[in-house]
Amino acid sequence: MADHKPGFFTRWFCSTNHKDIGTLYILFSIFAGIIGGAFSMYMRMELQDPGVQFMTNEDGSPNGQMWNVFITAHGLIMVFFVVMPGLIGGFGNWFVPLMIGAPDMAFPRLNNISFWLIIPAFLLLIASALVDIGAGTGWTIYPPLSAKLGHPGMSVDMAIFALHLAGASSILGAANFITTILNMRVPGMTLHKMPLFVWSMLVTSFLLVLAVPVLGGAITMLLTDRNFGTTFFNPEGGGDPILFQHLFWFFGHPEVYIMILPAFGIVSHIISTFSRKPIFGYLAMAYAMVAIGFVGFIVWAHHMYTTGISVNTLTYFTVATLIIAVPTGVKIFSWLATMWGGSIIYKTPMLWAIGFIFLFTVGGVTGVVLANAGMDVVLHDTYYVVAHFHYVLSLGAVFILFAGWYYWIGKMSGRMYPEFLGKVHFWMTFIGVNLTFFPQHFLGLAGMPRRYIDYPAPLLPEGLDWWGRTQFMFNEAWMQLHSWATGAVYESTITWGYHGWNFVSSMGAYLAGGSVILFIVIVFWTLFFGRKASDNYWDVEDKIMTLEWTISSPPPFHQFEIQPKVK
Amino acid sequence: MANAQDGYAGSWQLNLQTPASPLQAEIYDFHTMLLWITGIIVVFVTALLAYAVVKFRRKKGVEPANFAHNTLIEVIWTIVPIVVLIIIAIPSLKLLYLEDRIPEPELTIKTTGYQWYWGYEYMDYDGLEFMSYPIADEDIDESKGQKRLLSTDNPVVVPVDTNIQILVAAADVIHAFALPAAGVKKDAVPGQLNETWMRIDRPGVYYGQCSEICGTGHSYMPIEIHAVSKEEFDAWTRKQGAKLKPKAIAEDK
Repeated sequence: MADHKPGFFTRWFCSTNHKDIGTLYILFSIFAGIIGGAFSMYMRMELQDPGVQFMTNEDGSPNGQMWNVFITAHGLIMVFFVVMPGLIGGFGNWFVPLMIGAPDMAFPRLNNISFWLIIPAFLLLIASALVDIGAGTGWTIYPPLSAKLGHPGMSVDMAIFALHLAGASSILGAANFITTILNMRVPGMTLHKMPLFVWSMLVTSFLLVLAVPVLGGAITMLLTDRNFGTTFFNPEGGGDPILFQHLFWFFGHPEVYIMILPAFGIVSHIISTFSRKPIFGYLAMAYAMVAIGFVGFIVWAHHMYTTGISVNTLTYFTVATLIIAVPTGVKIFSWLATMWGGSIIYKTPMLWAIGFIFLFTVGGVTGVVLANAGMDVVLHDTYYVVAHFHYVLSLGAVFILFAGWYYWIGKMSGRMYPEFLGKVHFWMTFIGVNLTFFPQHFLGLAGMPRRYIDYPAPLLPEGLDWWGRTQFMFNEAWMQLHSWATGAVYESTITWGYHGWNFVSSMGAYLAGGSVILFIVIVFWTLFFGRKASDNYWDVEDKIMTLEWTISSPPPFHQFEIQPKVK
Repeated sequence: MANAQDGYAGSWQLNLQTPASPLQAEIYDFHTMLLWITGIIVVFVTALLAYAVVKFRRKKGVEPANFAHNTLIEVIWTIVPIVVLIIIAIPSLKLLYLEDRIPEPELTIKTTGYQWYWGYEYMDYDGLEFMSYPIADEDIDESKGQKRLLSTDNPVVVPVDTNIQILVAAADVIHAFALPAAGVKKDAVPGQLNETWMRIDRPGVYYGQCSEICGTGHSYMPIEIHAVSKEEFDAWTRKQGAKLKPKAIAEDK
């Protein structure tokens, strides 16, 4: 029998099948996303009103360390355990072999260990928040705050080990993808005929192989600084804290493209499918990704504009960073041109893809603003930066996590998602995240620093509970809206500070949080009640067909026993 | 109203803080230019997107076009962004060099970041150095204009219309000295002495906050600057019992 599956334990715990491993990655990504998202809900609750209401010590005083642990865990979880496993481990594993006509990944056992390294990594990271004082360093783990001086306990050591494991997982996975893509394409599929998602995974994998070892080196040096008396980053022994920042961002900047490039690939397929048109400027699209990947390696110090590096160096990094806007612009315009003249149908995945284009444009232009070292001086480490990177990541990469899920869930599970609920989910998320993050531009421009548990603003009248405070601020927001619309002056007790937009931001976050609950409902609905999916349920046409639509939904346990042909 | 405050953020404020220095005024104008350019780009892309969404929705009997290349348009959308970037880069780099160095400092203040307060040292004076701690919420006196999480027990007093060199250092972990209304932000890094400058152009009270995560009290180490006339500043230094150091180096020149 062709479709002989192993028993439950062997299939899911010892899996070497790319589709099963992809499924595990996606399940893990959803699970970690719920945890990372819950962290952000708690943070937005804390920031809804000035004063510290939730994250307090036993005596009621603010627990700043707890706040820092939350922002650190939120950042690391979202980057390493949600976006990367979802887009790369999940969709990459599932669809790279299918799209290139391969029966599986090149190294199935390596694939297995790539996944199973990420579980202990995640457990170590969660445990690091629970032992000692937790790792309250920010995801950037800058020493000396992350050295023994700032964090004497074992939490940061555990976080470092978590990153070691997650990093090893990514490097092994990337090596597997590169080998698979370069060696296992069906005859006739030259690099210039390869689907754009496969292109995006190829570029991403090279970025991973080149960038993640640098992070590994940096955190290992930090580990020996912490435990074995070296002083790489300690000025008392001739070391330099800024050296760590260079190493971290040499990894960290490519990392943000590692998160967004697979999304670029998926968007291209979705736009093409639902517009019934071939991708506009295919080669330019592929090489724009290569260009973004390359330039991504030589702009790292734009995260360090205020550290005191020389003005000529700042000039270089400003110009290099601005250049990224060119290939990114090519991609945005090519997606528009793909839609142009098409016959577009607005299914849920297409809504997410169009939402992505809009939000990525907004996040892109604020990137152009921040690229200017002269401008960044007032915006660095403010909420403007938080708004910028959430627009490109939380609303860029995460939108495409959802887009990919809706686009391919029929193929992966054999069952269709409920269309109406999918659209409700999209609109809830779209409105929620914009309400959350757009006002943060205003907060940043006005000077609110990021990573703050509490912000300057007059306290609300005493004795109000959460619901009372919420009603009070709803009224304030309404009066301000009224005043902008009509020019009427209103007397408010809140004349200064960052309260107003923080309140709006928190309200948006609650809406976006609610949409996650709806998504969980949709997942279960699909798996238990979804109608059966046909092989080519989007009616993808021959001229833009990728190979995953030529096989059954779900695909057989081992596909392409007869090698497909590509013209 | 939204932008009326000076030296701190207004409720529902939408834009940068009101400039209190020629440098921040330049930054403000540069940002206004960027806002126009980026605003036009977003409106343009959104308009194209909206047009495509409405115009090319699926209709019965209408077949989609089949083009996938147009060299001219591809060259245009590569060249035009480059031109726009050059238009941005020129004033951007001018601004950057303006920020970088002050020609002739008239006053030098060294500030040191500690967990979690700032220390200040007036380098031109003997005996003028102090620590500046935040005022606890319950001790805030709003009748004196104090602001929670911004006011300190020892504000930094500086003269207006004076080129002030600021040296930034740190004693433990990395902090960042920031004063948004004056366009100042510089990391305070252990083992490193950073330099920046400001010139405040009118009397007033200006606030800043630590801008690099530095541990538990990161949110609680504000910066409060009182800009006063030069005469008032001299009076203040006398009251502090400070003496001007002889300017040996300056006289050598």
